Amino acid sequence: MTPFTPSLRHRGRPRLRYLGALLLLGLLALLAACGNSSSGGTTTGSGSTCPSTKQLTGAGSTFDNPLFSKMFQEYPKVQCGINVNYQAVGSGAGINNLLQHIVDFGATDAPMTNDQLNKSTSGPILHIPITIGAVAISYNLSGVSQLKLTGPILAAIYEGKITTWDDPQIKAINGGLNLPHKNITVVHRSDGSGTTSIFTHYLSAVSPDWQSKVGAGTTVNWPTGVGAKGSSGVAGQVKNTDGAIGYVELSYVLANNIPYALLQNAAGKFVAPSLDSAKADAESFSNIPADLRFYIVNGSGDNAYPITGFSWVVVYQNQSNSDKGQALARLLWWMVHDGQQYAQPLNYVPLPDTIVSKDEAQIKAMRCGSSACYSGS
Amino acid sequence: MSQERVSLSKARQQWIGWQRILRVQRPGDLFFRGITLLFVLIVLGLVAGTAWILISNSLPTIRRFGFSFLTNKAFDPVHDVYGVLPAIFGTLMTSAFALIFAVPLGLGAAIFLVDFCPRSLRLVLAFLIDLLAAIPSVIYGLWGFLVLAPWLHNAGEPWLQQHLGFLPLFAGQPEGVGYLGAGIVLTMMILPLIISVSREVMLVTPIAQREALLALGATRWEVIRHAVLPFARVGILGGVILALGRALGETMAVTMIIGNQANEPSLSLFTPGYTLASVIANQFGEATPGLFLSAIIEAGLILFIITLITNILARWLIASLQRQAQGSRGGRP
Repeated sequence: MTPFTPSLRHRGRPRLRYLGALLLLGLLALLAACGNSSSGGTTTGSGSTCPSTKQLTGAGSTFDNPLFSKMFQEYPKVQCGINVNYQAVGSGAGINNLLQHIVDFGATDAPMTNDQLNKSTSGPILHIPITIGAVAISYNLSGVSQLKLTGPILAAIYEGKITTWDDPQIKAINGGLNLPHKNITVVHRSDGSGTTSIFTHYLSAVSPDWQSKVGAGTTVNWPTGVGAKGSSGVAGQVKNTDGAIGYVELSYVLANNIPYALLQNAAGKFVAPSLDSAKADAESFSNIPADLRFYIVNGSGDNAYPITGFSWVVVYQNQSNSDKGQALARLLWWMVHDGQQYAQPLNYVPLPDTIVSKDEAQIKAMRCGSSACYSGS
Repeated sequence: MSQERVSLSKARQQWIGWQRILRVQRPGDLFFRGITLLFVLIVLGLVAGTAWILISNSLPTIRRFGFSFLTNKAFDPVHDVYGVLPAIFGTLMTSAFALIFAVPLGLGAAIFLVDFCPRSLRLVLAFLIDLLAAIPSVIYGLWGFLVLAPWLHNAGEPWLQQHLGFLPLFAGQPEGVGYLGAGIVLTMMILPLIISVSREVMLVTPIAQREALLALGATRWEVIRHAVLPFARVGILGGVILALGRALGETMAVTMIIGNQANEPSLSLFTPGYTLASVIANQFGEATPGLFLSAIIEAGLILFIITLITNILARWLIASLQRQAQGSRGGRP
């Protein structure tokens, strides 16, 4: 008799325990449900009328991520407590997510192609330039500073036509420098990226040969060199390799004090990459297409740094959920105005006024049902 | 004679198995059997689902490029032309390199741990080696990128070229990153796996067999050669297959050091290259729907097929080894 009692008790106990666990789970689920429904009501915030939408989601460019993180950290404090969840999954993935209606907005460093725009099942898509990026040419050559390069020379290096640092073409524009007879290790981005898109559009603009053989895009078929992942990968590879050259986005270069080359612009001047020279490049474009899908490489003007490009937010013109559409329009409006104050401290180029006014027109064009999404002025 | 006995006993075992399945059972057992069967089916379903998704999503490129996807060198989204020959070559090349170095090294280390190592040291060494296997691959990648590649570029590759440059393996410009670096990192990554598995299977060699050989006056090497290795070879091969699987599919570490450049397949170990896994890792984020995305998924499909083929070959090899072992021993009781 005695050996049976403990076994019976053993049988009973775990069952009770499971039951308890189940009950606890149920209770938690109930609590969570209550919590959700109670937070669904209206909360107060600045501004006239707050949309009831409290959450917007976006995805795309990794280049934008530091700036967006700061913007979306500040935004709920000033505007109706609207939280923005941004996933830095890459520009291409951001466009895909927008086309699949997974996110409310996408962010991309390369404008959508006509092909991509045609895939939209919800009508036209608007491009809204949100910030400006520039690409610096980084190099590692012991004893050489203030290296000067021109666009055609850069293209020839990346095509594998110029292979040593003491090539006569490089020597000709770097009079005072003692260039060593050393092989050039060409470094490019291995992952698809907006930086590559801006860089290859520049090479295509200055070298017909590059344009016909390689072309421009977030990923190209590189004729030569080695690929490294991300800005940090390229910068690290250049730093590790004597004789290397690579292209890295400006904000990364400025934040990490990486040596860069001076580049000859369309006006024939050698210009260092900086927030000012990138802005000068963006401002030099007056003939702006209505859909704002355009590249600003190789701008005119004495002070313009030529490898510069926009980063865009992309949204549907016709918002299916008007409450959400209003919240989105309000967010975008803030991003191109007040939000721009966070650009400079984070080494991003603030939008020039000419572009801000174009952005305003785009945001006002967003439709929520029969009326405009943006109600302000 | 012995072969007949083996097949007879096999048939009998099968019969008993069927009897067990057909026999009326207690509901608890039936329920348990059903549950476990369900789990197996779920796993099978996942594999089938993966294959289906890969195939259906890569149909656009399969239709467009057909076989030339495997032989084309360019992976060019700008002109919408895709091929993964360099990546297939790089995958096989780096994995083969890693196996060639890791198998003898790993076996040697395992033999030392089992037969020669002082007992006090053995536990510590075995623990450290198991720890190596647990290091995340990105750490190996970082080490490869920050330590190995600069060293190869400045010292290792120039030295090889100076002394062994007449071999096609060491031709070309030393870049630091490339097949050589990736192969070394992969070797380091799969080494602990091979050591651990080999050690475990060698440890369970019946002591009677070792003693029998020692009694015949065999040296230690002869004991290992004639008792331990024949007994353990199926298990060792299993470990090698696991390691190969890891090497073929390794993504992060390889991407950081292989150079990611779609070069013509070349024997030179200095060439920056590509692997299928790193093509996917690099390109997926920016891939746009259409041929580009389809090409990346087809790269995944090819990797899936390569893994499948190597696994089938390995199973076949193991099975034939086992048959051989049983044949030579006249069937084990």
